[in-house]
Amino acid sequence: MAGWLSRPASETQVTHGQRLWLYILAGIIMLLLVAPTLIVIPMSFSDSTYLEFPPEQWSTRWYDNYFGSLEWRSATVTSLSAAFLTMLLATPLGVVAAYGLHTSQMRAARLTFVILITPMMVPLILVAIGAFYVYVKLKIVYTLAGVVIAHSLLALPLVLIVTSSALKSYDMNQEMAARSLGAPRWKAFLTITLPQIRFAVITSALLSFLTSFDEVVVAMFVSGGDNSTLTRNMFNALRDQIDPTIAAISTIMIAITTLLMTLAQVFGKTKEGG
Amino acid sequence: MRDSLTDTATEALPITIRGVTKTYGRVHALDDVDLDIRSGEFLTLLGPSGSGKTTLLMVLAGFIRPDRGSLRFGDDEVIRLPPHKRDLGMVFQNYALFPHMTVAGNVAYPLRLRGISKAEAAERVEKALETVQLGGYGARRITQLSGGQKQRVALARAIVFEPRILLMDEPLSALDKKLRERMQIELRHLHDKLGMTTVYVTHDQREALTMSDRIAVINHGRVMQIDTPSRIYDHPANRFVADFIGESTFLPVGRDGPVVAYEGQPLSYTDTPPSGDLVLMIRPERLRILTGEAREANRFEATVTDIVYQGDSYLMYARLADGAEVAVRGVIRSTTFSALPEVGGSVTLGLDPEDTVLIPAGDAPDE
Amino acid sequence: MSEAALPMAAAATHADDLRRDARREQLALFGLASPALLLVMVVLVIPVGWLFYLSFIGADGSFSLENYERMFDSKSYRRIFWTTFEISFLTTGICILIGYPLAYFLAQLPRRAANLCLITVLLPFWTSLLVRTYAWLVLLQRKGLINEWAIDLGLWDEPVKLAHNMTGTVIGMVHIMLPFLVLPLYGSMKAIDRDYLRAAANLGAGPVRNFWTVFLPLSLPGLFAGALIVFVLCLGFYVTPAVLGGGKVIMVSMKIASNIELFVNWGAASALGVVLLAATLVILFTAARFVKLDRLAGGGH
Repeated sequence: MAGWLSRPASETQVTHGQRLWLYILAGIIMLLLVAPTLIVIPMSFSDSTYLEFPPEQWSTRWYDNYFGSLEWRSATVTSLSAAFLTMLLATPLGVVAAYGLHTSQMRAARLTFVILITPMMVPLILVAIGAFYVYVKLKIVYTLAGVVIAHSLLALPLVLIVTSSALKSYDMNQEMAARSLGAPRWKAFLTITLPQIRFAVITSALLSFLTSFDEVVVAMFVSGGDNSTLTRNMFNALRDQIDPTIAAISTIMIAITTLLMTLAQVFGKTKEGG
Repeated sequence: MRDSLTDTATEALPITIRGVTKTYGRVHALDDVDLDIRSGEFLTLLGPSGSGKTTLLMVLAGFIRPDRGSLRFGDDEVIRLPPHKRDLGMVFQNYALFPHMTVAGNVAYPLRLRGISKAEAAERVEKALETVQLGGYGARRITQLSGGQKQRVALARAIVFEPRILLMDEPLSALDKKLRERMQIELRHLHDKLGMTTVYVTHDQREALTMSDRIAVINHGRVMQIDTPSRIYDHPANRFVADFIGESTFLPVGRDGPVVAYEGQPLSYTDTPPSGDLVLMIRPERLRILTGEAREANRFEATVTDIVYQGDSYLMYARLADGAEVAVRGVIRSTTFSALPEVGGSVTLGLDPEDTVLIPAGDAPDE
Repeated sequence: MSEAALPMAAAATHADDLRRDARREQLALFGLASPALLLVMVVLVIPVGWLFYLSFIGADGSFSLENYERMFDSKSYRRIFWTTFEISFLTTGICILIGYPLAYFLAQLPRRAANLCLITVLLPFWTSLLVRTYAWLVLLQRKGLINEWAIDLGLWDEPVKLAHNMTGTVIGMVHIMLPFLVLPLYGSMKAIDRDYLRAAANLGAGPVRNFWTVFLPLSLPGLFAGALIVFVLCLGFYVTPAVLGGGKVIMVSMKIASNIELFVNWGAASALGVVLLAATLVILFTAARFVKLDRLAGGGH
């Protein structure tokens, strides 16, 4: 230990000992980043209405409460459906657009790219009330379709950016080789290009799913009634009082997110291996 | 004698290029190119980078659409045909193998597209791999191959469906020198065996001279000369070709009817020189150091300025009376190197009439 | 004769056909982006354009600047803008103070350890914002964990009001924004060529001097990009201040929402929206002159 402390830590010959303050500070920051989220998990198993930590009495009553509530269940189904459909809509839309803009030599391609990533630059509240207004006119406000379309709009820039950067590092000569060997362009894309940017496509899909699943502000305006999303209900519940059921739902959401991100990592690893 | 990957022989096709022009902004990548490629020949497009040779190959493949022009494979006009309908094999500079497929998967890809049955495809893949000396490598992954092996797989993939035309874009440039030289000979043998019309792009003149039936020298989007390697080397049509291929020195000559003279000394030559202003092209290995009165060679008095030992040969630099510097290359045998004159000494150089090549003074065909 | 020869020549060189083919191919490829473009146009560009129009329509239905006049005259609106900027500046500032040492620490670690520590940044990044806001609400409330532990440790005697005010809002927002700053900053620090530091050390620069004169300036573009993302996101933030502010902290987004939800006043909401959008775009475009916009957009991911 003492040896490690006096060893140089960087190019500038500062020792680990002299750096100790940085390590401690970074440790505290990292703890503060992770702990608040993770602390919700044990709390959700507390028997008390005042979320205790550590819980004195363990119970699953808040999970029973959640699974027993028709409203929560229905909202969960809405959120999962919306997220799944958003993934199915935004991913192909974004991938195909990224490919088109990547291969088209038109001058408008650059500008179009910027237009297509505006949804991530415009404040969410504006997207929300704008979509709300259009949906009232189109009579799709408070429908699942409406939520999916709006969430696809928000997921589109992520898909576009992730896929475009994958295409930039992909060797287009391979697609040309496939075409010279007799494949029409669409077939060359499907059999040669797509399998090689698959990691980016899968990542895009997962990001689209999460974007929709976690989204609050737009859902506040365009979802409602039977098609209220989980986040919308959670948000409304939070404004009123601190319902421990939310802790149970939060735990479930953390689990889903962690699962998806682990999946993305696993797919990433297989790509490196193969 | 031609062989085929299967028993049914396919015919090679001639390629006719007429008036093909491609501009990028104001730059002429291809400037009204006319070119006839004979059926079954190995033709090399040779030129410096940016000359338009790769652009021309991409036009043949269908990846670059020219502004205008006509392109025929045999009797069929193909200029508007998309790449996948041109039915030609192509080998790319960086191989462009599909890393997510095995070697066999790569080679079978064009067969799969053509709806060939699995059994027949497997047979033809193996045969193609054997042709490029990679028999039994089918199950390997692309990442497990060396550069030379990748090159062979790319080649197998391009010939397995028996295209009548094979295009290659600097396929050997990524290999080291020894392997490159071996592959050059192998490729040439393969061409002789399969007999397809082959268009080969390179910037390496030695490669072009080694492999080709004919070479088309390209510069500024135009064909500077198209001829056999020896004609290109020995009788360049213009100064650009002479300069680009091999080493050479150019001496200004005066012309008066049939008499061509350098520094007032008439030159003897064998080939009828072209019309217009001329220069005398001298290749270092064609100059000899004269000792005593040698035959009818043209004689040049010079002063030795430098001598460079190069192992298998020597290079001697000498200044002529008018200040022009020429190089003389000679093979080193046991006695010759020590017998060379001293730097600063005077020397008489001889050039045989049949090596006395007079070419147009201009840089391009129509200048 | 010559008139007849011209089209013949054109046919032989296929010039017109080739031009047509080229245009068709370009349009087909470009057309692949059209479904996405349609989505953005219909759900974003046209509605926002319409909001822009609405912001100039007065209560009587004719063109007027009254929505903007009210916004700049009214004390409560001025306070909302002030709050919004105050929170955005505070959050960005604290994020820089906390995020820089963290990114610096991460950038010094060997690859394996860095990836492991990065999980602590990525995990909250991917966790629902609502969940994280909720977590802070639980921790910061009167009988929450923070107050409980602080009293146990003797830091303070009475429960301190940490949630439902500015303090809570800023704490929650810093937690949510920190990854947006750390990730691009870490990326730019990793990209710094270590040879510069060795060279400076060789030339006699001590560690402290080396940091201030070499490392810090080279990491500034990443810091700038990260801070900018954080600031712009803060300006339009809604969920965290709404929950942790407990109705006492009102930012522009919240006012827009309440204008629609409670008062159905589209004119007022639109005018606020236009100002918010304008502020965001001005910042982004000014930044785009210094940092590549792609990088900015992709910086968080």
